[in-house]
Amino acid sequence: MRDISKLTASRRAFMGLAAGGLALAAGSGAAKAQRVSTRARIVILGAGAGGAAIANRLMDRLDGAEITIVDGRSEHWYQPGFTLVAAGLRPASYAVSGTGDWLPRGINWVQEHAAELDPESNVVTTTGGQRLEYDYLIVSTGLVLDWDAIEGFDLSLVGPEHGISAHYAGPDYAETSWRALDRFTDEGGVGMFGRPATEMKCAGAPVKICFLGEDIATTKGNRGKCDFVYNAQAPNLFGVPVIHHRVRQIMDERDITYRYSHVLKAIDPGAKTATYATPDGDVTDNWDFINVVPPQRAPQVIRDSGLSWADRWTDQGWIEVDMQTLRHARYPNVFGIGDINGVPKGKTAASVKFHLPVVEDHLVSEIAGREGTRMYDGYTSCPLITRVGRAMLVEFDYQDNLTPSFPGIIAPLEELWISWLMKEVALKATYNAMLRGRA
Amino acid sequence: MEEFSLSTMIAVFEEMFGAWLFWAMVAVAVAITLAWIYVLVRDRALSFRKYLVAQLSMPFGAVAAVWFVMWITNSTLADIGGPIDWIVLLGVAVLGAIGLAILVYVVQSLMRGRQSEA
Repeated sequence: MRDISKLTASRRAFMGLAAGGLALAAGSGAAKAQRVSTRARIVILGAGAGGAAIANRLMDRLDGAEITIVDGRSEHWYQPGFTLVAAGLRPASYAVSGTGDWLPRGINWVQEHAAELDPESNVVTTTGGQRLEYDYLIVSTGLVLDWDAIEGFDLSLVGPEHGISAHYAGPDYAETSWRALDRFTDEGGVGMFGRPATEMKCAGAPVKICFLGEDIATTKGNRGKCDFVYNAQAPNLFGVPVIHHRVRQIMDERDITYRYSHVLKAIDPGAKTATYATPDGDVTDNWDFINVVPPQRAPQVIRDSGLSWADRWTDQGWIEVDMQTLRHARYPNVFGIGDINGVPKGKTAASVKFHLPVVEDHLVSEIAGREGTRMYDGYTSCPLITRVGRAMLVEFDYQDNLTPSFPGIIAPLEELWISWLMKEVALKATYNAMLRGRA
Repeated sequence: MEEFSLSTMIAVFEEMFGAWLFWAMVAVAVAITLAWIYVLVRDRALSFRKYLVAQLSMPFGAVAAVWFVMWITNSTLADIGGPIDWIVLLGVAVLGAIGLAILVYVVQSLMRGRQSEA
């Protein structure tokens, strides 16, 4: 009898434990999704990766908030895919979806652009003349590509006819750029690559397309008649010293010429020449193929708003946010996500992923009357493709430290197939999950 | 990457193969596994003759799985770099081998019907 009661007790204990476990699981879920009631008016500028993702997160966390997102574009571009499109590995459609596909139900989507922003009176005016007053503003506009800064360049020149590639310009231009690279790697000649002197999104992308071009020429058996020249804007090939040395080593191994402190300022598509500003004066070179990556700046509406740094990046206009909380230094009800942030590193989708929980925490905490605790450490990631089938998964922070996600498993400076898989197949899925607020 | 959950893994595979192909492959794998359980229950024994033939098919399954993954990811065997690459590739090969072995066992059992061990 005693045995039976013991059995019953232990069974009850087991059931209790199981129920407790379930409650705990449910409880932790509930804690995560705990909603804060508010009447706050939140305006999000830009419905790209940062804007769409924070919209989904805030809709989950806030009950009764009036959330408005301002973006005139109907297309959403998966920008990390542009390199794959420009290397002929994916069609343009791979990088295109609809802006509306990613926005949560219940959000007010104003399909116009911001025309004016006044952070003193907390008002955004749209290109259609709508006046949006806000309690909190999230700036996630992204950046603009300043093609006009390259003298003699025009986007209509992109393609195999002129041997000009401009894969940053969009999915269709990336596809046209592939046709230019395809012809160059068939016919041979001099291929010019490089990056602008401004801050830029995905600083690894110009290196990647150079490596991919070299690999494609090799695979075609045409490497002997192709020269590859990489023009770095600084006295290094990558801002993080340890990665610079690794990239230099690979370029040496693969006979890719690299030049430091060469900034593209003009091209002549007729004569097929490019002019570079260097510390020793301008240098003009011939090319048969050139990949143009232009200077990058904050959109004019942001630069006119007074949100930009007054004494840093004055020609670029990134907004003055605290580098750890991403809250504006002078307007505490303004936050920044993504490329627009005036922080030392990280204009990548990977950075956006790490900006999101920080901004969410500080904004929701403030609404709930607490103080946010999460900090952004400058994390960014760049699956640095070195050839079709291989990449290095480099991740680093503000301090130029390597911050591998899979330490001891995926070596950051080793050319690996698994890192290629991360870039080619896993990245878009994680990106999409991020947009939905699930990652 | 901050976290790697089951839903992320599913999303990754959907991206890798396309949603239709991925779920079709899952459905085929589930169907074959169910059929295998069915023949085991029906025969109430593991036929060692069928098992032997199934084992002989394993290298073919391994090679086919590796080839399929290489094809779907625009890669070649020359891209295999470090230890983790070999481990993942070995995992793919093992899965392919086991998958084909089960398939061959099931096909033999279903085609020949219930047989006694000779």
